Amino acid sequence: MIPYTVAVEALLVIGNQLRRLVETVQDVVLFCVTVLKSAFRPPFYRHEILEQVHFALVGSLGIVMFSSLVAGQALAIQLGRELTRTGTKSELGHMMVISVVRALGPVLTGMVVASRMSAGITAELGAMRSSDQIDAMVAFGTDPIKRLVAPRMIGLLIALPVLTILGDALGVIGGGFVGLAYHLPLQSYYNGVYKYLTPSNLLVGMIKPFFFAVLIATVACWKGFTSAGGAKGVGVSTTHSVVISSVGILVTDFICTKLIFRLLQW
Amino acid sequence: MIEFRNVDFWIGDRQILDDVSFTVPRAQTKVILGPSGSGKSTILRLLIGLWKPDAGAILVDGEDVTRVTPVRLQQIRRRMGIVFQQGALFDSMTVGENVGYTLLEDGDIEEDQIEGTVRSYLSLVGLNTDLVDRMPEELSGGMQRRVAIARALASRDPDILLYDEPTTGLDPQSAERITDLILRLRDTMGKTAIMVTHDIPDAFKVADRITVVDHGRVAFEGTPVELTAADTPFIGEFLAPFRKSVAAASQRVSTRGRRAGDSGLNLGGTS
Repeated sequence: MIPYTVAVEALLVIGNQLRRLVETVQDVVLFCVTVLKSAFRPPFYRHEILEQVHFALVGSLGIVMFSSLVAGQALAIQLGRELTRTGTKSELGHMMVISVVRALGPVLTGMVVASRMSAGITAELGAMRSSDQIDAMVAFGTDPIKRLVAPRMIGLLIALPVLTILGDALGVIGGGFVGLAYHLPLQSYYNGVYKYLTPSNLLVGMIKPFFFAVLIATVACWKGFTSAGGAKGVGVSTTHSVVISSVGILVTDFICTKLIFRLLQW
Repeated sequence: MIEFRNVDFWIGDRQILDDVSFTVPRAQTKVILGPSGSGKSTILRLLIGLWKPDAGAILVDGEDVTRVTPVRLQQIRRRMGIVFQQGALFDSMTVGENVGYTLLEDGDIEEDQIEGTVRSYLSLVGLNTDLVDRMPEELSGGMQRRVAIARALASRDPDILLYDEPTTGLDPQSAERITDLILRLRDTMGKTAIMVTHDIPDAFKVADRITVVDHGRVAFEGTPVELTAADTPFIGEFLAPFRKSVAAASQRVSTRGRRAGDSGLNLGGTS
């Protein structure tokens, strides 16, 4: 039998943790809304936006292309074996479009970009916070949301969809080469690809990167802005930022898929 | 004029400032002196509106900065230039971009003109104008602090300057240059200034008036001469380890005859 006071104390601790969680979620949502409002209103920091697009797009291009190609081939090996066994290997192109364009491509690209960009953004903003550079901006009359956060969000909103398209393309192309190993001609493979590369399938895959971009920028910038405790604090914030962004992408993927399926009445 | 009126400030359940009141007349330098963690830097952060007090008023020329709109707060901030602890230079920008930061942000002036202004402010703080293209990390601590002062001055030519531990961590020569510069800015340009420091010799060198803060409360308010005469236990204890430095600094001030009132300084010790 648990004593009454221990039970009350445990409930109080849980209650406090829940309250703090709700407060944090509320703060993050407000931060996200503020950034989105700020990002699409002038003045625009064009130089910073271009810098962030370059950092996110060109900087992540190699790793996204390599990961997508390898992941696409691994997936095609799995699917190729099963389809060959059931005598439907001509469906490989179809299955690759559904798997890569709708699901794997956006998530894989999002995860790769999240791990790279959220670490970089949180570490940079956290260091600026701990060395008073963000306070200095405010003191000199600059809105740090507009100067630091909005360009990062716009940069990711531009870069992530482009990277996803390239990643999807390489994943599907990689599958075609694997199909050759299962004696599936490229022409037959690409016929399946083109047939199922429909606006609906593209919508399912291409709407997600925009949500992922907002998620990565919000989490990374929020963790950087609220970083405290010097170098150790920045390290902790950076770790949290990568973990939250990565898990957040999986959760967002699930919610987006569910909503889009409902929207398309699938 | 700047006035703090019965200001309280809490972070969580910890009281940082407790009923803090003082005034800074125009064209005077006020030093906020106290041990580390006494709440000194908080005073500057409240003044520029980075944080809001839980009680009390902070007046700049009669206008309460804690109750103005964000737009008005921005306008008031434009009258202030701040030198943060460790300089807080933007490390992704060159020295020139740092000094000309607010001018570049405003976008009202041609870039050629901005460069000229930047060079003139670098000269004013005693730095070589060829430093404009250098990155902050390539400079020594003292030079970074002087760039930070140049940035504060270039920020729309403020009439109020705020210095947060401007000499902390610097070698004596660099610290001397910084305090000389602060005095020069007051004497030649009539800037109103608040300097936060725990360095007693520096405080005595630049202060018109000193406010000593202990555990968030004002423990003393007066001139440097009055501070040396104060005999409360905290002041005595706080000044004791520095008495020799105080004596030397006060002697230097007295010798220079910067203020007529300082001539009667009696520390009860030798320098």
